[in-house]
Amino acid sequence: MTDYADGTVVEGVTYHQHDVVIVGAGGAGMRAAIEAGPKARTAVISKLYPTRSHTGAAQGGMAAALANVEEDNWEWHTFDTVKGGDYLVDQDAAEILAKEAIDAVYDLENMGLPFNRTPEGKIDQRRFGGHTRDHGKAPVRRACYAADRTGHMILQTLYQNCVKHGINFFNEYYVLDLIMVEVDGQKRPSGVVAYELATGNLHVFQGKAVIFATGGFGKIFKTTSNAHTLTGDGVGIIWRKGLPLEDMEFFQFHPTGLAGLGILLSEAARGEGAILRNSEGERFMERYAPTIKDLAPRDIVARCIATEVREGRGAGPNKDYVYLDITHLSPAVIDAKLPDITEFARTYLGVEPYTEPVPILPTAHYAMGGIPTNVAAEVLSDNTTVVPGLYAAGECACVSVHGSNRLGTNSLLDINVFGKRAGNNAVEYAATAEFIPLPDDPTKPIRELVEMLRNSNGTERMSTMRKELQQSMDTNAQVYRTEKSLIEVTKVIADLRERYKNVMVQDKGKRFNTDLLEAIELGFLLDLAEVLVYSAMYRKESRGGHFREDFPKRDDENYMVHTMAYLSGDAHSADAGDHIKLDTKPVVVTRYQPMERKY
Amino acid sequence: MSTATLDSPPAPADAPIPTFTVTMMVRRFNPEVDEEPRWQDFDVELYPTDRVLDALHKIKWEQDGSLTFRRSCAHGVCGSDAMRINGRNRLACKTLMKDLDITKPIYVEAIKGLPLEKDLVVDMEPFFDSYREVQPFLIASGKPEKERIQSASDRARFDDTTKCILCAACTSSCPVFWTDGQYFGPAAIVNAHRFIFDSRDEASSVRLDILNDKEGVWRCRTTFNCSEACPRGIQVTQAIAEVKQAIMFGKR
Repeated sequence: MTDYADGTVVEGVTYHQHDVVIVGAGGAGMRAAIEAGPKARTAVISKLYPTRSHTGAAQGGMAAALANVEEDNWEWHTFDTVKGGDYLVDQDAAEILAKEAIDAVYDLENMGLPFNRTPEGKIDQRRFGGHTRDHGKAPVRRACYAADRTGHMILQTLYQNCVKHGINFFNEYYVLDLIMVEVDGQKRPSGVVAYELATGNLHVFQGKAVIFATGGFGKIFKTTSNAHTLTGDGVGIIWRKGLPLEDMEFFQFHPTGLAGLGILLSEAARGEGAILRNSEGERFMERYAPTIKDLAPRDIVARCIATEVREGRGAGPNKDYVYLDITHLSPAVIDAKLPDITEFARTYLGVEPYTEPVPILPTAHYAMGGIPTNVAAEVLSDNTTVVPGLYAAGECACVSVHGSNRLGTNSLLDINVFGKRAGNNAVEYAATAEFIPLPDDPTKPIRELVEMLRNSNGTERMSTMRKELQQSMDTNAQVYRTEKSLIEVTKVIADLRERYKNVMVQDKGKRFNTDLLEAIELGFLLDLAEVLVYSAMYRKESRGGHFREDFPKRDDENYMVHTMAYLSGDAHSADAGDHIKLDTKPVVVTRYQPMERKY
Repeated sequence: MSTATLDSPPAPADAPIPTFTVTMMVRRFNPEVDEEPRWQDFDVELYPTDRVLDALHKIKWEQDGSLTFRRSCAHGVCGSDAMRINGRNRLACKTLMKDLDITKPIYVEAIKGLPLEKDLVVDMEPFFDSYREVQPFLIASGKPEKERIQSASDRARFDDTTKCILCAACTSSCPVFWTDGQYFGPAAIVNAHRFIFDSRDEASSVRLDILNDKEGVWRCRTTFNCSEACPRGIQVTQAIAEVKQAIMFGKR
C-alpha cells in the first residue's frame, strides 16, 4: 500500500490526488463538475476535449413541466416517463427526474443557455414523443429547446461554466481501469488509471470519490447515431471489476436515422408536425397509434417502421426505408426550428427537405441499461448495497428512470438532474472520507495490457472484427429479436472474443497511438455486446425497446423485474454462460400499476 | 499512384452504386521518427457519397493503422476533424468525395498555425487558451427565481455565433494567425461576440476591452478566410466587424 503526493512521478507513472475524480466530460460529467469544482479539489478526465462529447449531438430538447405555453405539471411528466418505459421504470426515480427537471432547466438558463423564447420572452416549449397532457389525453408542449441543437447548447453552456469555475480538465486521457481496494470487507474505489494519448504515459488519479459519466456504447451496432468514440469504456471497466450491469438488453433504436447512415434526425421534426409515410404515401402511424400518431414513443415508432419495410411498404429502389415528410411546413419554420437536421439531409443524402421527403430508418441510439445506481447516483454492488465513494450518472448509469424505453428529451434531463446529484453527493462524501491507499503497483494490469497490444504480432484486423460484430448485432439483436437470432449473434461474439486475443496493432509508437486505443475499445465493445445479448436471451417477453418475436407480449408475471448481470468465473471462457451470472431486481412501484400501453 | 477511374459506366438506379479509386495524398509526421513532415499517397476505393473521413478510416483500418487523426461524431457537430483538404479548411466528416475533383489526388494535411503533433493532429491548447481568455461565459448578477426574460429578437441577435463548435477551422485559416500566434483569432472573437450581444450579459465592456488589445480584433484584415472555412456557416467576418463597431461606437 502506497500513496504519492499530487504530481509525483514514479517509474514513468504520474500520481495525482483529488477529492473528486470525474471520468467523462459530457453533460453528466460537466454538470457534476460545476457542483464539485467550487467546493472540492476536482479533476475531470476525458478521452475527448469536453466540447467533442456526444451530448453535443443531441437535438430536440429537454423535458420539464414549466407550463410556459400550456397547462402541465410534473406528475403528468412522471406518468409519461413510467408508461413510456413500459413500467420497468423505478417510479421514485422518475418522480425525482420530473420534479427536479424544472430547476434543472432554470439552472441552465441562468448559466447562459440560449433557449428559444415565447413571445413573452419565456423559455419556449414544444411537443415530443410520449409526452402528454393528463395521462395520455393529447400531446403536450414540454420540451425546452434551442432550435434543433439543444444538446450542443447544453454542452457549450456547461463547458463555459466549467471555464468560469476554473475546472481542472485532463483532456485526451483514456481511463482504462478503476482501482478497487478491499476495506472492512468491502471493495471501494481508490482511484483510476488513465492513459495519456499525447505521450502514451500512464497516470493514477487517486480520489476520495469517483464519478463515472462515460456515456453509451452504440458502436456495438452498425447503424447508429452514436459517435465513433462511444465504445462503452466506462461501463466495460465497471463490468470487468465484477460489479453488476442492469437492464443491458434494453437498447433504444431511434425511429428516424438518415437511411444508410444512421445520423440522427430529431424527433423534434415530428414535434413540429413532420409525418412518417410509407412507399404508398400513407401516414402509417395512424394505424398503430390512433391518438398520438407520429408522436408515439420511440420503441413503438421504430417497430412500426420496421414492420412497414418488412411487409413490403418500404420506399426507394430496394424498398428498404420510409420517409419523414416535412414538405408541408414552411421554409421559415424549418429554418427557425429544424435548421441542422435539414442540413444533414442536404449534405449527406442530397435531399432537399423543403420539397422532398427524407429517407429514414431506425438507428441504434441509447442504452437504457448500464451501471446500477440509487437515486443519489451511488453505484450499487448488488440490488441494494452501495459502493461508498463510487458514483455514476448519465447514459452509462441505470437509475432506472428510463425503464425499457426512454422518452425523447429525458436524457438531456437525466444528465442534468443526476449529474448534479452525483457532483453534490460526491463532494459531501469526500468532505469526511479519507483517501483509500493505493495497492502496490496499481498500473500493472493496464501496463501489461498496453504493452501486450503494442508488441503483439497479431494478425486479426480490428476493423474487420468490429464490422462483423456490428453487422451481426444489426441483423440479430436490433428492433426484432428471436431466440434463434440471439443464438446466432452469440456465436459470432464468442468467435470474435477468441480472435480478439490475436488482434493486430500496427502503430508501435507511444505518441498519439489511436490504433492501440481502438483495439482496447473493441475489447469493451465485445464484452458489452455479450452481456446485452445474454440478457436479451433471458428475457422471454417483449417490453419497450426489447421485442422478442417469439414472445411478443409483455409478461408482468415473470418479467416485471430488472435484469442484473454479473461477471463471474473465467472472463475469457468461450461460453457466456460460464462467466455471466444473471439475477433480478424488483422494480420500484409507487403510484402507477402496470397497464396495457396504448397511445 | 494511380489517377481516379470509374470502375464502370453510370448504371441504372437499382444497380449497385459504382465505386471509384481515389488517390489520397496525406501529409504524415511521426514525431518519434521524422525530422520533417512528408507526403504519402494511398489508393482507396470509395463511393461518391463517402466522406473524406471515410477515406481516412479506410486507410487506417485497411492499410496503415498508424495514420493518426481526431474524429468523433462524424456528422459535423463535435468539431474534432478540422483539416486542410485540397488547401481549404474543412471538416473531414462534412466533405463528400463527390464534391471534390477525384480525377486528381486529394491532398489532406493538418490545419496550420498550431503546433503539429502527429500526422493530422495538432496541439489545440493555444487555441483553447485564446478562447478562455475572452471570458466565454454569461456574467450576470442576481439569481432569478425562474428564467431570465429575453425577447425573441434579443435572442436572435446573437444566434449565429452560438453555433460555434470550436473546431478551429476559422482560426487556423487566418493568415494573421499563421504569422502571429498571439492573435486571439476568429473563434475566440466569435465566442466573445456570443456574449457581448446577449441581452442578459453584464460584462460586454470587459470583453470589448480585452479585444481592443493589440492582439485583438484590430489585427483582422477581413480576408474572409474564416467565414469560408466555418463548417457551421457562421458569418465570422461579420461578427468580428460587429465587435469592432461595438468597441468604437458601443453596442447596437
